[in-house]
Amino acid sequence: MDIRVQTAPFDLGAEANAFAARQSGMGAVVTFSGIVRDLGGDLQAMEIEHYPGMTEAALSGIAEQAATRWQIGDALILHRHGRLTPDEMIMMVATSARHRQDAFQAAEFLMDYLKSRAPFWKKEVTVAGAAWVAARDADEDALSRW
Amino acid sequence: MDVLYFAWVRERIGHPKDRIDTPPATVMDLVNDLRAREDRYAAAFADISALRVAVDQELADFDAPLSGVREVAFFPPMTGG
Repeated sequence: MDIRVQTAPFDLGAEANAFAARQSGMGAVVTFSGIVRDLGGDLQAMEIEHYPGMTEAALSGIAEQAATRWQIGDALILHRHGRLTPDEMIMMVATSARHRQDAFQAAEFLMDYLKSRAPFWKKEVTVAGAAWVAARDADEDALSRW
Repeated sequence: MDVLYFAWVRERIGHPKDRIDTPPATVMDLVNDLRAREDRYAAAFADISALRVAVDQELADFDAPLSGVREVAFFPPMTGG
């Protein structure tokens, strides 16, 4: 398991290739990346705060849960914090498995859980001011399917 | 015991951390003690259904005991990903 919380940008292609190269006997690698969206057309920045210590522990716990529920070979969670601008990558997950179903499902599970159970908070900064992003009920409801 | 605040809870209170020398029995007792401090605390803790709490860096309930606890954190529902 590879858990990283950082301010620095990352190279999705390089990370995906390095992750795939570390696997042995795995027929499937799934990656997902999240990107800062500018839905209203006036977003200047997305500021991401986190809880150092708890964040890493929560992400490790989520990855360990995924490993007990699906036959995965490995998992990577990389999440940035600090000030990001539109179209920058916020985070990525990668999973590997012998078969694609396990890799896809484990990746979805990681995403659903880290959205609502890892201590990150997003704040949107526009010309009009800054506002904390409210948690969506749909994100909480998504956990019930697992 | 350290009491940490994140996101708008931190902004409303005005600082990221308080130190409590004698922890009360439960998280809810701590919330009530903090509410009684000043208006900005009362505002931050007005509606605890809008808050989440972690005890020693694990999500917990508001009735969780604080005996032996080193760190409590209050924050809004998380919005990662």
